[in-house]
Amino acid sequence: MSLDRLEVEKIAHLARMQVSGAELDAVAEDLSDILDLVAQMDAVDTAGVAPMAHPLHMAQRLREDKVTETDQRDHFQAIAPATENGLYLVPKVIG
Amino acid sequence: MQWETVIGLEIHAQLATRSKIFSGASTAFGAEPNTQACNVDLGLPGVLPVLNREAVRMAVRFGVAIEAELGRRSVFARKNYFYPDLPKGYQISQFELPVVGRGQVEILQDDGTAKTIGVTRAHLEEDAGKSLHEDFHGLTGIDLNRAGTPLLEIVSEPDMRSAREAVAYARKIHQVVRYLGICDGNMQEGSFRMDANVSVRPYGDELGTRAELKNLNSFRFLEKAINFEVERQIDRLESGAEVVQETRLYDADKDETRSMRSKEEANDYRYFPDPDLLPVELDDSFIASAVKDMPELPDAKRQRFGQEYGLTAYDAQLLTGSEALADYFESAAREAGDPKLAANWTNGAVSAALNKGGLDITSSPVTASMLGVMLKRIVDGTISGKIAKQVFEGMWSGDGTADEVIEAKGLKQITDGGAIEKIVADVIAANPRQVENYLAAEAAKQQKMLGFFVGQVMKQSRGKANPRQVNELLTKKLRG
Repeated sequence: MSLDRLEVEKIAHLARMQVSGAELDAVAEDLSDILDLVAQMDAVDTAGVAPMAHPLHMAQRLREDKVTETDQRDHFQAIAPATENGLYLVPKVIG
Repeated sequence: MQWETVIGLEIHAQLATRSKIFSGASTAFGAEPNTQACNVDLGLPGVLPVLNREAVRMAVRFGVAIEAELGRRSVFARKNYFYPDLPKGYQISQFELPVVGRGQVEILQDDGTAKTIGVTRAHLEEDAGKSLHEDFHGLTGIDLNRAGTPLLEIVSEPDMRSAREAVAYARKIHQVVRYLGICDGNMQEGSFRMDANVSVRPYGDELGTRAELKNLNSFRFLEKAINFEVERQIDRLESGAEVVQETRLYDADKDETRSMRSKEEANDYRYFPDPDLLPVELDDSFIASAVKDMPELPDAKRQRFGQEYGLTAYDAQLLTGSEALADYFESAAREAGDPKLAANWTNGAVSAALNKGGLDITSSPVTASMLGVMLKRIVDGTISGKIAKQVFEGMWSGDGTADEVIEAKGLKQITDGGAIEKIVADVIAANPRQVENYLAAEAAKQQKMLGFFVGQVMKQSRGKANPRQVNELLTKKLRG
């Protein structure tokens, strides 16, 4: 399976990654190789095999519903680029 | 062309746990921004989610309440999208294997018949934070206190055919989660949020293209938004245009929906199993302990109210609206010994007064036992139903119990024949012309004219004379 430049641009957009025009062909080729590998695995007959959700054959342990965290806002916000009135500030999302 | 509306709902119910679904941070509403957002909620590197047992227990209770197949083995998946109030870049949700599978609820339609609405699934997931779009020097403010709050997303089948049915279904789910005590149902605070998938089609045809309506935070808005959207889609189709699959936002101020984003440019969520979480396995003992203290559910209660107390379907429906209201009615009925009277007063005067005061039944100034005692005084003839309204008002404004109000205001019904007889005699003596007219009239008219004298007697007795006795005495005296 081979991806074209347009598809790579769309995937890059979804992943919020900048891929320059010069890189597009090379990335398309790499991604296509990965998809070829997936296609090989896809060809294996897996009828009757349950999809694996996790490599460990164990069940999730559950936590008691108890508040164990204290307010560490100042500590966390010390590394934030911008804060105000206790809020994290980010570039405007809705114009 | 006759159009048929097809509606499915997605409801997000915030689960009433103390701590978050994957962290030990508090879920309390209204805290200072980001004071309840810990390193797991912030998605800092190296942290791991640990699942809250109570959230799973609550989901199981819901599943059992809607007679659903439970997912004995359910899996958490990452739903990938970018938005600043989702710090990890993915939401932990469930995709292929949800904790609650196919179930159903029953709604009452306008004509009183029942209709079954299918629930496709319900899955556990974490809530996102909140974006504040007010201007922070051209930036957006992010509060992550809500991030990681457990949600149960309840997805219905496209089984509803009108906005009213959609509202009846949403109310039913709201009622069930509140009875179960798994969600406080507070819509202002966003604890119960609804999205509607709406499409129209010529009767009996294939499903049409749907629009997803967001931001419906009241039952009234849900109904209005669907009605607007149905009209909009029909207008488009009838004018030869197409309906585009898209997300639309309901604007309550303008009462319209408008496009947010079309599916073509929408996210591809790229779900995959979350490697940080193992599959959740529900064994029999976990399920048994989750449901061991299940309350009587709304449908069962409604049916019991009909059978046990002889209430109409309508009254029973209203009284079982919330568990607190149902309990109020039952204890008032027990005290009064007259369930129908208790039903009339609870649905009538009590509800009206609560509405007027913007109060909830749990904060009613007239408690169930106070109402019950007052009703007992109607039953034993101490006061008339009419006077009871004054007694009720007195109790509502804090003048004490029914007996205290009756005593203080002298409202006891006069059943002493001698006392009534005296008032009757006075009224007859004071109105000779009316008496003359009465005696000259035909029998059929006399009955009507008697009303004047009854009115005078009631006025003189300040409403306290027993009306039946007044009628009897007047008729006897006038004719005698």
